[in-house]
Amino acid sequence: MTASHTDTTPQAVAASAPRRKAFDLDTALNTFAAWVLALLWILPLAFAIWTAIHPSAYEARFELFAPLTFENFEKAWAAAPFARYFLNTFMLVSLILAGQFLLCTLAAFAFARFTFPGRSVLFTLVLLQLLVMPDILIVENYKTMRLLDLVDTIPAIALPYIASGFGIFLLRQTFLTVPRELDEAARIEGASVLGILWRVYIPLAKPTYLAYGLVSVSHHWNNFLWPLIVTNSEETRPVTVGLSVFSAIDSGIEWSVINAATLMTTAPLLIAFLLFQRQFVQSFMRAGIK
Amino acid sequence: MTATDTTARAPLSIRGREWIHAWLLLLPALVFLFAFTHIPAIATFWHSFFSTPRGRRPARFLGLDNYERMIADPVFWKVMGNNLWFALGTIPVSIALAIVMALWVNDRLAGRGFVRMAYFTPTVLPLIAVANIWLFFYTPGFGLIDQVTGSLFGWPHTNWLGDPATALNAVIVVTVWKEAGFFMIFYLAALQAIPPSLVEAAKIEGAGKWTIFRRITFPLMMPTTLFVSINAVINSFRLVDHIFILTDGGPDNASSLLLFYIYETAFEYWETGYGATLTVALLVILCALAIGQFFLFDRKVHYK
Repeated sequence: MTASHTDTTPQAVAASAPRRKAFDLDTALNTFAAWVLALLWILPLAFAIWTAIHPSAYEARFELFAPLTFENFEKAWAAAPFARYFLNTFMLVSLILAGQFLLCTLAAFAFARFTFPGRSVLFTLVLLQLLVMPDILIVENYKTMRLLDLVDTIPAIALPYIASGFGIFLLRQTFLTVPRELDEAARIEGASVLGILWRVYIPLAKPTYLAYGLVSVSHHWNNFLWPLIVTNSEETRPVTVGLSVFSAIDSGIEWSVINAATLMTTAPLLIAFLLFQRQFVQSFMRAGIK
Repeated sequence: MTATDTTARAPLSIRGREWIHAWLLLLPALVFLFAFTHIPAIATFWHSFFSTPRGRRPARFLGLDNYERMIADPVFWKVMGNNLWFALGTIPVSIALAIVMALWVNDRLAGRGFVRMAYFTPTVLPLIAVANIWLFFYTPGFGLIDQVTGSLFGWPHTNWLGDPATALNAVIVVTVWKEAGFFMIFYLAALQAIPPSLVEAAKIEGAGKWTIFRRITFPLMMPTTLFVSINAVINSFRLVDHIFILTDGGPDNASSLLLFYIYETAFEYWETGYGATLTVALLVILCALAIGQFFLFDRKVHYK
């Protein structure tokens, strides 16, 4: 976990950088190019928002004072059981996150602070999951779910992701940075193994939990292929699958309505991102740097 | 597995007890890990030698028949070629863009907050939603791309997603748009970890911006490039969500990728035996890539 140490460096860089000259052609050109790319990058989303908040007559006509409307969202909301889809996604994401936190914490603690036969072999097997992900093993995992009679349930979507090799690795790296002395002090005071984990390690790993939580939630909110395979009813479909079912109906649903539905399904994540931009960016960074 | 509380009071020098604790802590995670990753991987390999069970007819051992079928399957080679082109089209471009974005965002340019937000936002959006938005862009005649090219250059209407020559490239553009901002984050972290004194020293020696980038910044970011490219390669095989919306693999498999073909084989034609064989091919490719990349980059990552 080097990220926590580098957090302070931007300020350090900024403080040590000499003040810029009043006008600098190089900087101006770079700023211009960066802005052009940024506008290009935001364009698809901006366009989707434009069509969603205007009547369908303005789908491809851009007038600054085109009348605003909320009708597209109402139509989309009424046309498909989005409320149910949201509830499903919410349950799915919570289930996965709770399972991952529990299982990964226990396993990471074992790998970080215990010596036992088979440790390196098992750790290699855990890391193998970074390469061979459940996303790829759809054929066999579907058979397993049918065997367990779990097809078309929310646990069936969640179970393959609960023991995350990535999560175990990330938490292990964090636990390794906890000073041994703290651990030993708690032991002398008579704390149990789980007590030490709960009172020493988990509080010190809070930033990692936040980072991993954000990455996990956004990943599983967005996940599509496995939920598509394993669900086939309204009661279990998450929003991504619901959205694809909704927009796949070739009954001439207006673009503005589809765009409204698209924005609606991404809105919670997007709003959370815009509000907590710094945390998001740092979390993705923290989760990426091992 | 929570029954260990009281035993911890005993002296911990007893190694056996420590082993048991560790194993109990690991047990739940390992059960799930084996059940949904390792055992399915082995089972995939095993089932790739069998026919698809149908109704009351159980799976029959076929030996290498499925593999012979795969080698003779033109669609298989088509999607392999597509995947190669997809990887070559997305990875270098998105990495190059990510580096440029990171350099800009790391600079103190005006409106940096907005620029960073713009670059990163596609990362947060679900691939399905992204595909929906872009589908509208690509719509012939009506979509924004046709409108712009039509009014600026007078181009005729183009069915970007419906033409075998352009369908895959259109998908590549969407993928680059989605991934570049994600990779930017890692380069940003790498840039911030470079000691400013190195750059200062180079400036005193009279090195230009390009020299600094080529001789200092880029080599120091090599571990990041390794990490990002492994990620990108895995993603190019793992992410097919947008194909469902944009092209459905068509026209005539022109934009189908390996995992999408596996999905079609196993869940649309319900040929799970052949689906397993195709999955083995995917697993072999991923392992070969990981091993190859590790050895290839290992020599270049270490700098003097």
